Amino acid sequence: MAVTIAKEKWTSKVGEMVLGADSSVKVGGESTLPYLHFEGEIPNKPVLALEVWDLEPADWPEILKKPFNDVLADPVAWAKKNVEYGADAIALRLMSAHPDFKDASPEDCAATAKAVAEAVNVPLIVIGCGVEEKDAEVLEKVGEALSGKNCLIGCATEKNYKTITATAMVNGHSVIASSPLDINLAKQLNILMTEMNLPANRIAIDPLVGALGYGIEYAYSIMERARLGALMGDKMLAMPVICFVGQEAWKAKEAKSPDEESPEWGAQERRAILWEVITTTTFAQAGGSIFVLRHPETVKQVKVHIDKMMESNAY
Amino acid sequence: MILIGERINGMFKDIREAIQNKDPEPVRYWAKRQQEQCAAYLDINTGPTVEKEDQPAVMEWLVKTAQEVSTLPCCIDSTNPDAIEAGLKVHRGKAMINSTTADQWKMDIYIPMAAKYNAAIIGLAMNEKGVPKSAADRIALAMEIVVNCDMHGVPMEDLYIDPLMLPCNVAQEHGVEVLETLRMIKTLADPAPRTTMGLSNASQRCTNRHLINRTFLIMSMACGLDSAIADVDDDALLDAVAAANILLNKDIYCDSFLKTFRSR
Repeated sequence: MAVTIAKEKWTSKVGEMVLGADSSVKVGGESTLPYLHFEGEIPNKPVLALEVWDLEPADWPEILKKPFNDVLADPVAWAKKNVEYGADAIALRLMSAHPDFKDASPEDCAATAKAVAEAVNVPLIVIGCGVEEKDAEVLEKVGEALSGKNCLIGCATEKNYKTITATAMVNGHSVIASSPLDINLAKQLNILMTEMNLPANRIAIDPLVGALGYGIEYAYSIMERARLGALMGDKMLAMPVICFVGQEAWKAKEAKSPDEESPEWGAQERRAILWEVITTTTFAQAGGSIFVLRHPETVKQVKVHIDKMMESNAY
Repeated sequence: MILIGERINGMFKDIREAIQNKDPEPVRYWAKRQQEQCAAYLDINTGPTVEKEDQPAVMEWLVKTAQEVSTLPCCIDSTNPDAIEAGLKVHRGKAMINSTTADQWKMDIYIPMAAKYNAAIIGLAMNEKGVPKSAADRIALAMEIVVNCDMHGVPMEDLYIDPLMLPCNVAQEHGVEVLETLRMIKTLADPAPRTTMGLSNASQRCTNRHLINRTFLIMSMACGLDSAIADVDDDALLDAVAAANILLNKDIYCDSFLKTFRSR
Protein backbone atom coordinates (compact mmCIF):
# COMPACT_ATOMS: atom_id res chain seq x y z
CA MET A 1 0.00 0.00 0.00
CA ALA A 2 1.30 3.43 -0.92
CA VAL A 3 2.30 5.65 1.99
CA THR A 4 0.51 8.99 2.03
CA ILE A 5 2.84 11.72 3.25
CA ALA A 6 1.02 13.70 5.91
CA LYS A 7 1.24 17.41 5.20
CA GLU A 8 -0.37 20.10 7.30
CA LYS A 9 -3.02 22.08 5.41
CA TRP A 10 -3.12 25.64 6.69
CA THR A 11 -6.06 27.88 5.95
CA SER A 12 -4.37 31.26 6.16
CA LYS A 13 -1.04 33.04 5.92
CA VAL A 14 1.11 35.84 7.28
CA GLY A 15 0.38 39.26 5.79
CA GLU A 16 2.91 40.72 3.37
CA MET A 17 4.49 44.07 4.20
CA VAL A 18 6.05 46.24 1.53
CA LEU A 19 8.90 48.61 2.44
CA GLY A 20 11.07 51.20 0.73
CA ALA A 21 10.43 54.33 -1.33
CA ASP A 22 10.36 52.16 -4.45
CA SER A 23 8.44 49.38 -2.62
CA SER A 24 11.29 47.06 -3.48
CA VAL A 25 11.45 45.03 -0.29
CA LYS A 26 8.75 42.61 0.82
CA VAL A 27 8.54 40.73 4.09
CA GLY A 28 6.17 38.08 5.42
CA GLY A 29 3.63 36.30 3.24
CA GLU A 30 4.47 32.81 4.51
CA SER A 31 1.73 30.17 4.31
CA THR A 32 3.48 27.58 6.45
CA LEU A 33 5.88 27.23 9.37
CA PRO A 34 9.39 28.59 8.78
CA TYR A 35 11.23 26.98 5.85
CA LEU A 36 8.83 24.06 5.38
CA HIS A 37 8.77 24.71 1.64
CA PHE A 38 7.06 21.36 1.11
CA GLU A 39 3.94 22.54 2.94
CA GLY A 40 3.48 26.08 1.68
CA GLU A 41 5.01 29.27 0.36
CA ILE A 42 7.98 31.14 1.82
CA PRO A 43 7.90 33.97 -0.72
CA ASN A 44 10.31 36.39 0.97
CA LYS A 45 13.71 36.15 2.62
CA PRO A 46 14.13 37.69 6.05
CA VAL A 47 15.41 41.27 5.92
CA LEU A 48 18.69 41.99 7.71
CA ALA A 49 19.00 45.59 8.90
CA LEU A 50 22.09 47.19 10.44
CA GLU A 51 21.78 49.85 13.10
CA VAL A 52 22.86 53.44 12.74
CA TRP A 53 22.83 55.75 15.75
CA ASP A 54 22.45 59.49 15.59
CA LEU A 55 25.05 59.88 18.33
CA GLU A 56 28.19 57.97 19.06
CA PRO A 57 27.20 54.91 21.10
CA ALA A 58 29.04 55.12 24.40
CA ASP A 59 28.50 51.61 25.68
CA TRP A 60 29.38 49.61 22.55
CA PRO A 61 32.45 47.40 23.01
CA GLU A 62 35.53 48.38 20.98
CA ILE A 63 35.22 45.33 18.73
CA LEU A 64 31.74 46.47 17.70
CA LYS A 65 32.81 50.05 17.06
CA LYS A 66 35.79 48.94 14.98
CA PRO A 67 33.97 48.37 11.64
CA PHE A 68 32.44 51.87 11.92
CA ASN A 69 35.40 53.78 13.43
CA ASP A 70 35.46 56.56 10.87
CA VAL A 71 31.68 57.08 10.68
CA LEU A 72 30.36 56.78 14.24
CA ALA A 73 29.74 60.52 14.50
CA ASP A 74 28.08 60.82 11.08
CA PRO A 75 24.80 58.93 10.65
CA VAL A 76 24.67 59.54 6.88
CA ALA A 77 28.15 58.12 6.29
CA TRP A 78 27.40 55.28 8.73
CA ALA A 79 24.23 54.38 6.82
CA LYS A 80 26.11 54.33 3.51
CA LYS A 81 28.75 52.13 5.08
CA ASN A 82 26.05 49.70 6.25
CA VAL A 83 24.78 49.41 2.69
CA GLU A 84 28.32 48.61 1.56
CA TYR A 85 28.41 45.93 4.28
CA GLY A 86 25.39 44.28 2.66
CA ALA A 87 22.53 45.43 4.89
CA ASP A 88 19.07 44.97 3.33
CA ALA A 89 17.77 47.91 5.34
CA ILE A 90 19.01 50.65 7.67
CA ALA A 91 17.70 50.85 11.22
CA LEU A 92 18.20 54.41 12.40
CA ARG A 93 18.03 54.68 16.17
CA LEU A 94 17.32 58.22 17.32
CA MET A 95 19.10 57.89 20.63
CA SER A 96 19.94 61.62 20.75
CA ALA A 97 16.29 62.27 21.61
CA HIS A 98 16.72 60.55 24.97
CA PRO A 99 16.48 62.98 27.88
CA ASP A 100 19.57 61.36 29.44
CA PHE A 101 21.65 62.07 26.33
CA LYS A 102 21.12 65.16 24.18
CA ASP A 103 17.34 65.43 24.57
CA ALA A 104 17.34 66.40 20.89
CA SER A 105 14.22 68.07 19.50
CA PRO A 106 11.81 66.20 17.24
CA GLU A 107 12.73 68.63 14.46
CA ASP A 108 16.45 67.82 14.75
CA CYS A 109 15.69 64.11 14.72
CA ALA A 110 13.49 64.51 11.66
CA ALA A 111 16.29 66.34 9.83
CA THR A 112 18.72 63.50 10.58
CA ALA A 113 16.19 60.88 9.45
CA LYS A 114 15.58 62.76 6.22
CA ALA A 115 19.29 63.07 5.47
CA VAL A 116 19.82 59.35 6.06
CA ALA A 117 16.78 58.40 3.94
CA GLU A 118 18.06 60.47 1.05
CA ALA A 119 21.57 59.05 1.24
CA VAL A 120 20.67 55.37 0.85
CA ASN A 121 18.49 53.36 -1.53
CA VAL A 122 17.46 50.64 0.91
CA PRO A 123 14.39 50.80 3.17
CA LEU A 124 14.65 52.74 6.39
CA ILE A 125 13.53 51.60 9.81
CA VAL A 126 13.36 54.46 12.30
CA ILE A 127 13.36 53.68 16.00
CA GLY A 128 12.93 56.21 18.77
CA CYS A 129 14.96 56.45 21.95
CA GLY A 130 12.67 54.18 23.97
CA VAL A 131 11.02 56.86 26.11
CA GLU A 132 7.41 56.44 25.12
CA GLU A 133 6.15 60.04 25.31
CA LYS A 134 9.23 61.40 23.61
CA ASP A 135 9.07 58.79 20.86
CA ALA A 136 5.50 59.82 20.05
CA GLU A 137 6.62 63.44 19.56
CA VAL A 138 9.75 62.49 17.65
CA LEU A 139 8.12 59.96 15.33
CA GLU A 140 5.31 62.37 14.51
CA LYS A 141 7.86 64.76 13.01
CA VAL A 142 9.99 61.99 11.51
CA GLY A 143 6.93 60.46 9.85
CA GLU A 144 6.13 63.81 8.24
CA ALA A 145 9.69 64.40 7.07
CA LEU A 146 9.84 60.92 5.51
CA SER A 147 6.42 61.11 3.90
CA GLY A 148 6.19 58.75 0.92
CA LYS A 149 9.42 56.90 1.82
CA ASN A 150 7.44 53.89 3.00
CA CYS A 151 9.46 53.40 6.18
CA LEU A 152 8.93 51.21 9.22
CA ILE A 153 8.68 53.34 12.35
CA GLY A 154 8.43 52.56 16.05
CA CYS A 155 8.29 51.33 18.53
CA ALA A 156 4.59 51.84 19.25
CA THR A 157 3.42 50.67 22.66
CA GLU A 158 0.11 50.62 24.50
CA LYS A 159 0.92 54.16 25.69
CA ASN A 160 1.94 55.92 22.48
CA TYR A 161 0.45 53.92 19.61
CA LYS A 162 -2.21 56.50 18.76
CA THR A 163 0.16 59.26 17.66
CA ILE A 164 2.52 56.88 15.90
CA THR A 165 -0.29 55.05 14.09
CA ALA A 166 -1.82 58.36 12.99
CA THR A 167 1.45 59.68 11.55
CA ALA A 168 2.10 56.36 9.80
CA MET A 169 -1.33 56.45 8.18
CA VAL A 170 -1.07 60.03 7.00
CA ASN A 171 2.48 59.66 5.66
CA GLY A 172 2.36 56.12 4.31
CA HIS A 173 4.59 54.26 6.77
CA SER A 174 4.34 50.93 8.57
CA VAL A 175 4.55 50.63 12.36
CA ILE A 176 6.43 48.39 14.79
CA ALA A 177 4.08 47.32 17.60
CA SER A 178 5.96 46.35 20.76
CA SER A 179 4.65 44.33 23.65
CA PRO A 180 6.68 42.74 26.42
CA LEU A 181 6.83 39.00 25.57
CA ASP A 182 3.07 38.64 25.85
CA ILE A 183 1.08 37.27 22.94
CA ASN A 184 -2.25 38.48 24.35
CA LEU A 185 -1.04 42.06 24.65
CA ALA A 186 0.54 41.85 21.20
CA LYS A 187 -2.78 40.79 19.71
CA GLN A 188 -4.68 43.49 21.57
CA LEU A 189 -2.26 46.22 20.42
CA ASN A 190 -2.66 45.05 16.81
CA ILE A 191 -6.43 45.25 17.21
CA LEU A 192 -6.27 48.76 18.64
CA MET A 193 -4.06 49.91 15.76
CA THR A 194 -6.20 48.32 13.05
CA GLU A 195 -9.27 49.88 14.67
CA MET A 196 -7.70 53.22 13.77
CA ASN A 197 -7.87 51.89 10.17
CA LEU A 198 -4.16 51.13 9.78
CA PRO A 199 -4.11 48.13 7.40
CA ALA A 200 -2.98 44.94 9.16
CA ASN A 201 -0.14 44.43 6.67
CA ARG A 202 1.41 47.70 7.81
CA ILE A 203 2.13 46.39 11.31
CA ALA A 204 5.22 44.43 12.37
CA ILE A 205 5.10 42.64 15.71
CA ASP A 206 8.02 43.28 18.05
CA PRO A 207 7.79 40.63 20.78
CA LEU A 208 10.82 42.12 22.61
CA VAL A 209 12.98 39.06 22.19
CA GLY A 210 15.87 38.11 24.45
CA ALA A 211 19.29 36.88 23.33
CA LEU A 212 20.72 33.40 23.53
CA GLY A 213 20.99 32.55 27.20
CA TYR A 214 18.63 35.36 28.16
CA GLY A 215 15.17 33.96 27.58
CA ILE A 216 15.53 33.01 23.93
CA GLU A 217 13.27 29.98 24.34
CA TYR A 218 10.45 32.05 25.78
CA ALA A 219 10.50 34.42 22.82
CA TYR A 220 10.81 31.47 20.47
CA SER A 221 7.66 29.82 21.78
CA ILE A 222 5.70 33.07 21.59
CA MET A 223 6.74 33.60 17.98
CA GLU A 224 5.88 30.02 17.15
CA ARG A 225 2.45 30.38 18.73
CA ALA A 226 1.80 33.62 16.88
CA ARG A 227 2.72 31.96 13.58
CA LEU A 228 0.45 28.99 14.29
CA GLY A 229 -2.34 31.43 15.09
CA ALA A 230 -1.70 33.31 11.84
CA LEU A 231 -1.75 30.11 9.80
CA MET A 232 -5.00 29.06 11.43
CA GLY A 233 -6.70 32.30 10.46
CA ASP A 234 -6.02 34.70 13.33
CA LYS A 235 -5.67 37.93 11.36
CA MET A 236 -4.61 39.90 14.40
CA LEU A 237 -1.47 37.80 14.78
CA ALA A 238 -0.73 37.44 11.07
CA MET A 239 1.94 40.14 10.97
CA PRO A 240 5.63 39.78 10.17
CA VAL A 241 7.80 39.71 13.30
CA ILE A 242 10.73 42.07 13.85
CA CYS A 243 13.52 41.02 16.22
CA PHE A 244 15.91 43.50 17.78
CA VAL A 245 18.71 41.00 18.05
CA GLY A 246 21.69 43.37 18.01
CA GLN A 247 20.70 45.29 21.11
CA GLU A 248 20.11 42.07 23.04
CA ALA A 249 23.08 40.02 21.85
CA TRP A 250 25.54 42.84 22.54
CA LYS A 251 24.13 43.27 26.07
CA ALA A 252 25.04 39.68 26.92
CA LYS A 253 28.10 39.29 29.10
CA GLU A 254 29.31 36.62 26.70
CA ALA A 255 29.54 39.36 24.05
CA LYS A 256 30.86 42.14 26.27
CA SER A 257 33.48 40.33 28.28
CA PRO A 258 36.94 41.06 26.82
CA ASP A 259 39.54 38.40 25.97
CA GLU A 260 41.58 38.86 29.14
CA GLU A 261 38.56 38.63 31.47
CA SER A 262 37.36 35.21 30.29
CA PRO A 263 40.10 33.56 28.27
CA GLU A 264 38.41 30.17 28.56
CA TRP A 265 35.53 31.54 26.46
CA GLY A 266 37.73 32.17 23.46
CA ALA A 267 38.41 35.41 21.57
CA GLN A 268 35.78 38.07 22.27
CA GLU A 269 35.30 39.17 18.69
CA ARG A 270 34.48 35.72 17.38
CA ARG A 271 32.38 34.87 20.42
CA ALA A 272 30.35 38.09 20.36
CA ILE A 273 29.57 37.81 16.67
CA LEU A 274 28.59 34.18 17.14
CA TRP A 275 26.24 35.26 19.92
CA GLU A 276 24.50 37.63 17.53
CA VAL A 277 24.49 35.09 14.68
CA ILE A 278 23.05 32.22 16.73
CA THR A 279 20.39 34.43 18.26
CA THR A 280 19.38 35.56 14.76
CA THR A 281 19.28 32.13 13.14
CA THR A 282 17.28 30.79 16.07
CA PHE A 283 14.66 33.48 15.62
CA ALA A 284 14.68 32.97 11.86
CA GLN A 285 13.67 29.41 12.64
CA ALA A 286 10.90 30.72 14.92
CA GLY A 287 9.47 32.85 12.12
CA GLY A 288 11.24 36.22 12.42
CA SER A 289 11.05 38.33 9.26
CA ILE A 290 13.11 41.44 10.03
CA PHE A 291 16.31 41.37 12.09
CA VAL A 292 17.90 44.51 13.45
CA LEU A 293 21.59 43.72 13.86
CA ARG A 294 24.77 45.53 14.82
CA HIS A 295 27.88 43.82 13.45
CA PRO A 296 28.48 43.58 9.66
CA GLU A 297 30.05 40.14 10.03
CA THR A 298 26.76 38.91 11.51
CA VAL A 299 24.95 40.05 8.37
CA LYS A 300 27.43 38.14 6.25
CA GLN A 301 27.15 34.92 8.21
CA VAL A 302 23.37 35.00 8.63
CA LYS A 303 22.97 35.57 4.89
CA VAL A 304 24.79 32.32 4.18
CA HIS A 305 22.49 30.52 6.60
CA ILE A 306 19.33 32.06 5.16
CA ASP A 307 20.30 31.37 1.56
CA LYS A 308 20.61 27.73 2.53
CA MET A 309 17.27 27.75 4.38
CA MET A 310 15.56 29.34 1.37
CA GLU A 311 16.53 26.44 -0.90
CA SER A 312 13.38 24.50 -1.61
CA ASN A 313 12.87 21.26 0.31
CA ALA A 314 9.55 20.66 -1.44
CA TYR A 315 8.67 17.10 -2.37
CA MET B 1 -16.22 26.16 15.45
CA ILE B 2 -17.59 25.97 11.92
CA LEU B 3 -21.09 27.41 12.14
CA ILE B 4 -23.66 26.38 9.55
CA GLY B 5 -26.58 28.82 9.44
CA GLU B 6 -29.85 26.89 9.63
CA ARG B 7 -32.19 29.60 8.48
CA ILE B 8 -32.67 29.01 4.73
CA ASN B 9 -35.03 26.10 5.21
CA GLY B 10 -38.59 25.66 3.93
CA MET B 11 -39.59 24.67 7.46
CA PHE B 12 -39.51 28.40 8.26
CA LYS B 13 -42.59 30.28 7.16
CA ASP B 14 -40.80 33.13 5.39
CA ILE B 15 -38.66 30.77 3.31
CA ARG B 16 -41.65 28.52 2.54
CA GLU B 17 -43.55 31.53 1.20
CA ALA B 18 -40.49 32.76 -0.68
CA ILE B 19 -40.32 29.40 -2.47
CA GLN B 20 -44.05 29.46 -3.25
CA ASN B 21 -43.95 33.02 -4.61
CA LYS B 22 -40.49 32.81 -6.23
CA ASP B 23 -39.58 35.81 -4.09
CA PRO B 24 -35.78 35.94 -3.66
CA GLU B 25 -35.78 38.63 -0.96
CA PRO B 26 -36.11 36.46 2.20
CA VAL B 27 -33.42 34.10 0.88
CA ARG B 28 -31.13 37.02 0.14
CA TYR B 29 -31.78 38.53 3.55
CA TRP B 30 -30.83 35.35 5.43
CA ALA B 31 -27.84 34.66 3.21
CA LYS B 32 -26.39 38.06 4.02
CA ARG B 33 -27.50 38.12 7.64
CA GLN B 34 -26.05 34.73 8.48
CA GLN B 35 -22.74 35.61 6.85
CA GLU B 36 -22.56 38.71 9.06
CA GLN B 37 -23.25 36.48 12.04
CA CYS B 38 -20.15 34.32 11.56
CA ALA B 39 -21.70 31.47 9.57
CA ALA B 40 -19.15 29.52 7.50
CA TYR B 41 -21.82 27.67 5.51
CA LEU B 42 -25.44 28.34 4.63
CA ASP B 43 -27.67 25.32 5.12
CA ILE B 44 -30.15 25.14 2.23
CA ASN B 45 -33.26 22.97 2.57
CA THR B 46 -36.38 23.15 0.42
CA GLY B 47 -38.56 21.99 3.32
CA PRO B 48 -41.16 19.23 3.32
CA THR B 49 -43.89 21.11 1.46
CA VAL B 50 -42.13 21.12 -1.93
CA GLU B 51 -43.17 18.15 -4.11
CA LYS B 52 -40.43 15.62 -4.72
CA GLU B 53 -40.25 16.28 -8.47
CA ASP B 54 -39.97 20.02 -7.86
CA GLN B 55 -37.19 19.74 -5.27
CA PRO B 56 -34.21 19.78 -7.70
CA ALA B 57 -35.37 23.00 -9.37
CA VAL B 58 -36.17 24.66 -6.04
CA MET B 59 -32.79 23.64 -4.60
CA GLU B 60 -31.04 25.05 -7.63
CA TRP B 61 -32.90 28.33 -7.26
CA LEU B 62 -32.19 28.57 -3.53
CA VAL B 63 -28.45 27.90 -3.95
CA LYS B 64 -28.12 30.40 -6.79
CA THR B 65 -30.14 33.05 -4.98
CA ALA B 66 -28.13 32.67 -1.76
CA GLN B 67 -24.78 32.74 -3.54
CA GLU B 68 -25.74 35.86 -5.50
CA VAL B 69 -25.48 37.90 -2.32
CA SER B 70 -23.16 35.84 -0.14
CA THR B 71 -19.66 34.48 -0.67
CA LEU B 72 -20.36 31.54 1.63
CA PRO B 73 -20.51 27.93 0.45
CA CYS B 74 -23.74 26.00 1.02
CA CYS B 75 -24.62 22.93 3.00
CA ILE B 76 -27.06 21.27 0.63
CA ASP B 77 -29.68 19.64 2.76
CA SER B 78 -32.21 17.17 1.40
CA THR B 79 -33.32 13.55 1.61
CA ASN B 80 -33.63 13.54 -2.16
CA PRO B 81 -30.38 12.72 -4.03
CA ASP B 82 -31.62 14.47 -7.18
CA ALA B 83 -32.18 17.68 -5.24
CA ILE B 84 -28.69 17.45 -3.72
CA GLU B 85 -27.05 16.89 -7.07
CA ALA B 86 -29.03 19.75 -8.63
CA GLY B 87 -27.68 22.02 -5.87
CA LEU B 88 -24.12 20.76 -6.30
CA LYS B 89 -24.21 21.40 -10.04
CA VAL B 90 -24.85 25.12 -9.67
CA HIS B 91 -22.82 25.59 -6.49
CA ARG B 92 -19.76 27.88 -6.42
CA GLY B 93 -16.90 26.81 -4.14
CA LYS B 94 -16.65 23.75 -1.91
CA ALA B 95 -20.13 22.56 -0.92
CA MET B 96 -21.21 20.27 1.89
CA ILE B 97 -23.71 17.43 1.38
CA ASN B 98 -26.27 17.09 4.15
CA SER B 99 -26.44 14.11 4.54
CA THR B 100 -25.97 10.36 4.30
CA THR B 101 -26.91 7.82 6.92
CA ALA B 102 -24.90 4.65 7.58
CA ASP B 103 -27.20 2.60 5.29
CA GLN B 104 -25.06 1.05 2.58
CA TRP B 105 -27.42 1.98 -0.27
CA LYS B 106 -27.38 5.63 0.76
CA MET B 107 -23.62 5.74 1.26
CA ASP B 108 -23.29 4.26 -2.23
CA ILE B 109 -25.12 7.29 -3.62
CA TYR B 110 -23.85 10.18 -1.55
CA ILE B 111 -20.19 9.37 -0.88
CA PRO B 112 -19.28 8.97 -4.58
CA MET B 113 -21.23 12.20 -5.14
CA ALA B 114 -19.05 13.97 -2.55
CA ALA B 115 -15.94 12.63 -4.29
CA LYS B 116 -17.22 13.67 -7.73
CA TYR B 117 -18.03 17.26 -6.72
CA ASN B 118 -15.15 17.56 -4.23
CA ALA B 119 -17.72 18.33 -1.55
CA ALA B 120 -17.64 17.77 2.20
CA ILE B 121 -20.30 15.42 3.54
CA ILE B 122 -22.26 14.98 6.75
CA GLY B 123 -22.65 11.38 7.89
CA LEU B 124 -25.44 10.66 10.37
CA ALA B 125 -24.64 7.99 12.95
CA MET B 126 -27.96 6.20 12.31
CA ASN B 127 -29.56 3.83 9.83
CA GLU B 128 -33.01 2.65 8.78
CA LYS B 129 -33.52 1.11 12.19
CA GLY B 130 -33.38 4.58 13.67
CA VAL B 131 -31.12 6.48 16.04
CA PRO B 132 -29.10 4.13 18.29
CA LYS B 133 -29.52 4.49 22.01
CA SER B 134 -25.91 4.07 23.08
CA ALA B 135 -22.64 5.74 22.15
CA ALA B 136 -21.15 2.35 21.23
CA ASP B 137 -23.88 1.69 18.65
CA ARG B 138 -23.52 5.20 17.24
CA ILE B 139 -19.78 4.68 16.90
CA ALA B 140 -20.26 1.38 15.05
CA LEU B 141 -22.32 3.22 12.44
CA ALA B 142 -19.90 6.15 12.32
CA MET B 143 -17.12 3.66 11.56
CA GLU B 144 -19.10 2.33 8.59
CA ILE B 145 -19.20 5.86 7.19
CA VAL B 146 -15.47 6.40 7.83
CA VAL B 147 -14.62 3.21 5.95
CA ASN B 148 -16.85 4.08 3.01
CA CYS B 149 -15.39 7.59 2.73
CA ASP B 150 -11.89 6.16 2.83
CA MET B 151 -12.80 3.72 0.06
CA HIS B 152 -13.92 6.56 -2.19
CA GLY B 153 -10.99 8.83 -1.33
CA VAL B 154 -13.03 11.38 0.61
CA PRO B 155 -10.52 12.75 3.15
CA MET B 156 -11.38 12.75 6.85
CA GLU B 157 -11.33 16.57 7.02
CA ASP B 158 -14.25 16.53 4.57
CA LEU B 159 -16.31 14.06 6.62
CA TYR B 160 -18.51 15.54 9.34
CA ILE B 161 -20.08 12.90 11.57
CA ASP B 162 -23.28 13.88 13.32
CA PRO B 163 -23.91 11.79 16.45
CA LEU B 164 -27.57 12.92 16.38
CA MET B 165 -28.88 14.81 19.34
CA LEU B 166 -32.56 14.29 20.15
CA PRO B 167 -34.91 16.68 21.94
CA CYS B 168 -34.08 16.70 25.63
CA ASN B 169 -37.71 16.78 26.69
CA VAL B 170 -38.48 13.36 25.18
CA ALA B 171 -35.09 11.64 24.89
CA GLN B 172 -33.17 12.96 27.83
CA GLU B 173 -30.84 9.97 28.11
CA HIS B 174 -29.32 10.70 24.67
CA GLY B 175 -27.36 13.81 25.72
CA VAL B 176 -24.60 11.96 27.56
CA GLU B 177 -24.41 9.34 24.81
CA VAL B 178 -23.93 12.06 22.21
CA LEU B 179 -21.12 13.62 24.23
CA GLU B 180 -19.41 10.25 24.60
CA THR B 181 -19.84 9.62 20.86
CA LEU B 182 -18.14 12.91 20.06
CA ARG B 183 -15.13 11.89 22.14
CA MET B 184 -14.95 8.48 20.47
CA ILE B 185 -15.30 9.77 16.90
CA LYS B 186 -11.93 11.45 17.29
CA THR B 187 -10.31 8.03 17.82
CA LEU B 188 -11.75 6.44 14.65
CA ALA B 189 -9.03 7.58 12.26
CA ASP B 190 -5.88 9.67 12.13
CA PRO B 191 -6.38 12.39 11.01
CA ALA B 192 -9.76 12.17 12.74
CA PRO B 193 -13.08 12.81 11.03
CA ARG B 194 -14.77 16.07 11.87
CA THR B 195 -17.98 16.32 13.83
CA THR B 196 -21.17 18.30 13.47
CA MET B 197 -24.63 18.44 14.99
CA GLY B 198 -28.09 19.76 14.27
CA LEU B 199 -28.07 21.83 17.43
CA SER B 200 -31.63 23.10 17.50
CA ASN B 201 -32.81 19.49 17.68
CA ALA B 202 -31.71 19.43 21.32
CA SER B 203 -34.43 21.84 22.32
CA GLN B 204 -37.41 21.00 20.03
CA ARG B 205 -40.65 21.92 21.79
CA CYS B 206 -38.82 22.93 24.95
CA THR B 207 -38.92 26.23 26.78
CA ASN B 208 -35.73 28.33 27.03
CA ARG B 209 -34.56 26.96 23.72
CA HIS B 210 -31.65 29.37 23.30
CA LEU B 211 -30.28 28.49 26.72
CA ILE B 212 -30.50 24.76 26.05
CA ASN B 213 -28.88 25.05 22.63
CA ARG B 214 -26.11 27.27 23.88
CA THR B 215 -25.32 25.09 26.88
CA PHE B 216 -25.26 21.91 24.86
CA LEU B 217 -23.11 23.48 22.15
CA ILE B 218 -20.45 24.47 24.68
CA MET B 219 -20.56 21.06 26.40
CA SER B 220 -20.18 19.42 22.98
CA MET B 221 -17.28 21.67 21.99
CA ALA B 222 -15.42 20.44 25.04
CA CYS B 223 -15.95 16.87 23.80
CA GLY B 224 -14.70 17.51 20.26
CA LEU B 225 -17.51 19.15 18.30
CA ASP B 226 -16.05 20.97 15.28
CA SER B 227 -19.17 22.30 13.64
CA ALA B 228 -22.88 22.84 14.22
CA ILE B 229 -25.98 23.64 12.22
CA ALA B 230 -27.37 26.37 14.38
CA ASP B 231 -29.31 29.58 14.76
CA VAL B 232 -26.49 32.07 14.20
CA ASP B 233 -28.89 34.96 14.69
CA ASP B 234 -28.51 34.26 18.42
CA ASP B 235 -25.89 36.72 19.70
CA ALA B 236 -25.55 35.01 23.06
CA LEU B 237 -24.68 31.79 21.24
CA LEU B 238 -21.90 33.52 19.27
CA ASP B 239 -20.47 35.12 22.40
CA ALA B 240 -20.46 31.76 24.17
CA VAL B 241 -18.63 30.15 21.25
CA ALA B 242 -16.07 32.98 21.29
CA ALA B 243 -15.47 32.38 25.00
CA ALA B 244 -15.29 28.61 24.53
CA ASN B 245 -12.71 29.06 21.76
CA ILE B 246 -10.55 30.90 24.26
CA LEU B 247 -11.08 28.37 27.07
CA LEU B 248 -10.34 25.45 24.73
CA ASN B 249 -7.14 27.22 23.60
CA LYS B 250 -8.36 27.40 20.01
CA ASP B 251 -8.14 31.20 19.76
CA ILE B 252 -5.46 33.27 21.41
CA TYR B 253 -6.86 35.48 24.14
CA CYS B 254 -7.00 39.25 23.84
CA ASP B 255 -9.26 41.73 25.61
CA SER B 256 -11.34 42.24 22.45
CA PHE B 257 -11.99 38.52 21.97
CA LEU B 258 -15.73 38.91 21.37
CA LYS B 259 -15.09 41.45 18.66
CA THR B 260 -12.27 39.52 16.96
CA PHE B 261 -14.44 36.41 16.85
CA ARG B 262 -17.05 38.33 14.90
CA SER B 263 -14.70 40.21 12.63
CA ARG B 264 -13.05 37.26 10.99
